[in-house]
Amino acid sequence: MNRLETYLSGIKLKNPVIPASGTFGFGQEMARFYDLNVLGGISLKGTTGEERFGNPTPRIAECREGLLNAVGLQNPGVDAVVAHELPAVRKIYDGVLLANISGFSVEEYVAVARKFDAADEIDILEINISCPNVRHGGMAFGTDPGAAQEVTAAVKAVTKKPVYMKLSPNVTDIAAIARACEAGGADGITLINTLLGMVIDPRTGRPIVSTKMSGFSGPAIKPVALRMVYQAAAAVNIPIIGVGGISTADDVLEFMSAGASAVQVGAQNLVDPFACPRIINELPRKLDEYGIGSLQEIIGRSHKL
Amino acid sequence: MTKGIYIVLSNCQLARDTWEMVLGGDTSALTNPGQFINIAIEGLYLRRPISVCCYDPGTITIIYKVVGKGTRKLSAMTPGDTLDVIVGLGNGFDVAKAHGRKIAVIGGGVGVPPMYDTARRLAAQGEDVTAILGFATKDVSFYIEKFEALGVRLMITTDDGSMGQKGFVTDALRESGCDYVMACGPTPMLKGVHRSGIEGQLSFEERMGCGFGACMGCTCQTLVGPKRVCLDGPVFSTSEVSFE
Repeated sequence: MNRLETYLSGIKLKNPVIPASGTFGFGQEMARFYDLNVLGGISLKGTTGEERFGNPTPRIAECREGLLNAVGLQNPGVDAVVAHELPAVRKIYDGVLLANISGFSVEEYVAVARKFDAADEIDILEINISCPNVRHGGMAFGTDPGAAQEVTAAVKAVTKKPVYMKLSPNVTDIAAIARACEAGGADGITLINTLLGMVIDPRTGRPIVSTKMSGFSGPAIKPVALRMVYQAAAAVNIPIIGVGGISTADDVLEFMSAGASAVQVGAQNLVDPFACPRIINELPRKLDEYGIGSLQEIIGRSHKL
Repeated sequence: MTKGIYIVLSNCQLARDTWEMVLGGDTSALTNPGQFINIAIEGLYLRRPISVCCYDPGTITIIYKVVGKGTRKLSAMTPGDTLDVIVGLGNGFDVAKAHGRKIAVIGGGVGVPPMYDTARRLAAQGEDVTAILGFATKDVSFYIEKFEALGVRLMITTDDGSMGQKGFVTDALRESGCDYVMACGPTPMLKGVHRSGIEGQLSFEERMGCGFGACMGCTCQTLVGPKRVCLDGPVFSTSEVSFE
């Protein structure tokens, strides 16, 4: 038996390591570094109904053990993704593919979800609810349990594929949002998205990133992400994909102990393009070192201690 | 594009705040002058992208200006130290496209380094090359003798007239009579070169996340759609660039 295998809604992953959306493009850039087939899954670049240029540069800033980004969901739009990117990535990767869907209205989420539902290449729909709801004053869908449940139910109604809701950490009660998604019919939850952060040039007082505030990720956010995964796991009975600051095999074991069935690696791909294969290679050695038989044994074990 | 451990062969100061480092290691991923490398620096999360000044089998020369924490740490490295580097990033200059033209190879300040290898490779092909180098002042100038040694026509400008002619590279470009430009430097300089209407290739700079096309952190708008400076560039043809 493969000690690293894990399951998301009955779908088998050969290992729990999935590159996070937005740090891996549609796979082609990273395939120049290594054979993507070592990966448990891939979460593709966030996709919207129409093509988006995203935000003006500078889009990137650095901080201790992390980075901030305001890419602004640059993507070619769902039709171009389905027509060109999905066939291209399927040519080089036969594992689990997650389509990552963004929208600025419930209608947009539904429209994009329908198109990915019809795409054979896609196994799981991952719904990013950190986007602002333009119809309701720009408040992110993921900061309000009612809105989160509404998006979940609307997307579930148009697809037979498993739907994983990707939660924003910029809330006071992550368990309430997780429960709302479960109530809306979500098959699973991915958390966390980036934290809202800021970097200012001390010389000039000017924010570094064009949007002033931006999404903070990297190893610095790991304790926050781990805490939220732990809270969400206690609140719901659906599988969780843990993400936030993961850069080592030990980090993977921590997130799975907190209740994650799989994990995503984000920022670390950008500074070490070999981060995912390195972590996957480290995992069996770590299991031996700690006397753990398989990853399935440790999912959620921290809750029983 | 390869990631590897490179050894510092030398690291010396060339001018005020300006350093030259020679790295030893695999250079097979470098295919054009004007490409860049991305260096991991202990204690800093993001790599530092730095243009290649020149490369030969087994060695890479970079010139960098000490402007912040990363470059300050680089300047403290000594021969024998090692660095984790991703090599062979970006497209670089296409020297074949300039064949047979009267070529102005233009560098402004920290934009000068990639122009050295560009001029060297053009000169080696027997092209008609005028190197136009612009610096703020004489004390931040570097590599003048290296360009002289290439045997190319050389024009120097400084903002304050402390060396060469007082003014900007665009003034020298007008006098040069060149009909093709290859340039790297600050955005206002590139804008000036572009405004001359002379055809050619321009190398851009942008804050980057990964440096290899995965994060979309450095995307700019061009006349032919959004382009990643790190992967689709940093060199763009004058016909696809817009400064609007």
